Amino acid sequence: MYQKEVVAMLLAGGEGKRLGVLTNRQAKPAVPFGGKYRIIDFALSNCTHSGIETVGVLTQYEPLILNSYIGIGSHWDLDRNRGGVTVLPPFVQQDGGRWYKGTANAIYQNIAFIERYNPRYVLIISGDHIYKMNYSHMLKYHIEKNAELSIAGIEVPWEEASRFGIMNIDPSTRIRSFEEKPIQPKNNLASMGIYIFNWDVLRSYLIKDENNPNSSNDFGKDIIPMMLQEKRKIYAYPFNGYWKDVGTIESLWSANMDLLSNHPSLDLNDYHWRIRSSNTNYPPQYIGSSAKIKNSLINEGSRVYGEVDHSVIFYGVHVGKGSIIKDSVIMPNVQIGENVMIYNAIIGEGTIIKDGCRIRSENGKITLIEEKTQIFGSPQVEDIHAVNINS
Amino acid sequence: MEEVMGVINLSNDRDQLNELTFHRSSASVPFGGRYRLIDFTLSNMVNSGIRDVSVFISNKYRSLMDHLGTGAEWDLDRKRGGLFILPPSFEHTSSPFKGDLQHFQDHIDFFYRGQQKYVILTGGNLVANMDFRPAFEYHQVSGADITVIYKKLDPDLDDDQSYRKMEIDEHRRIITIENESNRLKSNKSSLEIYIIEKQLLLDMIHTNTENGKYDFLQHCIIDNLHQLKIFGFEHKGYAVKIDSIESYYRHNLKLLSESHWHNLFSEPGPIYTKTKDEPPAKYLDGAEVSNSIVANGCLIEGKVENSILFRGVKVHKGAIIKNSIIMQKSEIGENTIIENVILDKEVFISPERKLIGTKDKPLVLGKKSMI
Repeated sequence: MYQKEVVAMLLAGGEGKRLGVLTNRQAKPAVPFGGKYRIIDFALSNCTHSGIETVGVLTQYEPLILNSYIGIGSHWDLDRNRGGVTVLPPFVQQDGGRWYKGTANAIYQNIAFIERYNPRYVLIISGDHIYKMNYSHMLKYHIEKNAELSIAGIEVPWEEASRFGIMNIDPSTRIRSFEEKPIQPKNNLASMGIYIFNWDVLRSYLIKDENNPNSSNDFGKDIIPMMLQEKRKIYAYPFNGYWKDVGTIESLWSANMDLLSNHPSLDLNDYHWRIRSSNTNYPPQYIGSSAKIKNSLINEGSRVYGEVDHSVIFYGVHVGKGSIIKDSVIMPNVQIGENVMIYNAIIGEGTIIKDGCRIRSENGKITLIEEKTQIFGSPQVEDIHAVNINS
Repeated sequence: MEEVMGVINLSNDRDQLNELTFHRSSASVPFGGRYRLIDFTLSNMVNSGIRDVSVFISNKYRSLMDHLGTGAEWDLDRKRGGLFILPPSFEHTSSPFKGDLQHFQDHIDFFYRGQQKYVILTGGNLVANMDFRPAFEYHQVSGADITVIYKKLDPDLDDDQSYRKMEIDEHRRIITIENESNRLKSNKSSLEIYIIEKQLLLDMIHTNTENGKYDFLQHCIIDNLHQLKIFGFEHKGYAVKIDSIESYYRHNLKLLSESHWHNLFSEPGPIYTKTKDEPPAKYLDGAEVSNSIVANGCLIEGKVENSILFRGVKVHKGAIIKNSIIMQKSEIGENTIIENVILDKEVFISPERKLIGTKDKPLVLGKKSMI
């Protein structure tokens, strides 16, 4: 039996409730990002660039778009004869079937998949973070530390620390305690939800956890605390690049805006770490004589006649004459008429905005328009149709 | 269209594309911001329902092979049929190229193996969005031995010299086709797309090559105008042949008219090409872009007017680009002025330069030039 050194398990079942109407019909990892990508592209591209060629993608919530998007994995060079990408939905066995109860249970239910490759290590990642990371560096670190589990960690702003799993480490970076979403965090080193386990260790804990009827079967809440309690060798792997959990409308919007600075900390133009994606086959963008564009990302298949300032425009978008789009994210195939104004908004895929509409919220919040909405041009419309989501 | 096999014959594309074809065949000359010339013909075949396409390549085909790959972008990566790339056979790379019929003869098995009854034979440098089905239907109904697709020349659009003009009688039968001489006063010009029954084509290949005749146009078509029923079928939409720097420049810039852009790229079908993992184009502070076509991966800090930027072009601060075509990964330094220029791929222009061509004779810089 041949052995793969490492198998990646990508958790992509997230419903992403806090993304509101964007996740009505698709799982969070499938949400469009950055003018051409979907969120999951980042984790999958990281795998490819890190030399990991066996990836299980665990899906559950609204899997249609995600499944068809991943396909045989060719977008990321993961269409391999041995390994490659495998989509792993929950399934029914002889003794019945169940949904994935938690992150750990999702891996538990796919032990058979992992054992096909008999790996030494298992990398657990999730499909809803925007970052570029070479997992092979983390693996090297894991091996050097002789760890049984390594958790990638990043320093987050103190005020946000209570949103994350917070790790308390000793000077050797060994983790002494781990608190999931603490009310009063002791430090600001947050878990990025990226784990490397020795497979034999993980396997034994998955089984132990599954046999505990009181467990919520979650890595952060159950497995890691149990391992800490049993004094397993758990190390934090410090990461200091760009990383963003795009779990809320605000963070999704601001991660898009982060791409627009002159030297963004997440560089999409880095030739050696291209984010691979499905590359829709659209003609190049057409910029009309009346167009004004600055500080923006614009994708193929778009036609721009209006003004675009500090915004992200996906493929197939039409921006009519006299329209102004500022600080906004316009998702694929949105049709914007003439003299429309859009400020601080995320406009869902396929929405049609008729001439003269104004979309802007009063309190500086981000306005989110559901996909395939039609918005007509009376001045009051912004209050009627525009869905305002607070996180 | 399952009964039709597509043959793209690049052996005799006439071209005077000079710098642009030093390292590549004319079929792989970049066009329209992200395409190669062959994309149009290949997409037309696929969109018309043809599932077997062979490309007879003759020389300088590295970039073309790279572009076509497995044919996956055109959905031609099939277990049966799909895309076949057929280079000249080994013996004859050392002797002079005799003609396309020799090339066909060398790969005669390809024709025998295909299950199809008909062949549609084209060149590789026609820019058009065309459905071949009406012509094929006409071919079957009319009882023609060979159907030649032609168009009426448009004095505003077309350069007489580029086309082989032909005369047609009232029954649509072709009486004359020019080979080289450009003597006919006719507004009908051959698009060099031929529909022919495979058995007839095979017969003509064998007979001609045995008699030392190797030119498809001369020996199969022109010599047979009186013996065979060779009919014309008019294509009414847009179709232009790119075979000179002037036509290349002119027809690229014509795409800046929006209706043109729209028609060529979407109707009746989409044009497929090799896609790349380029990020969306980025417009920075100072970017001023108008009436232009911009592909992904571009980084723009300067001014771009009436121009076409291919993928991954960098335009630095203060640079001004007008009426120009800039191919992949070229870089324009700060405060450089470029007007009526064609830059091939990966050209690097240092800051503070001034490069100005004329509308009739654009300045052309070959691949990887540095100035």
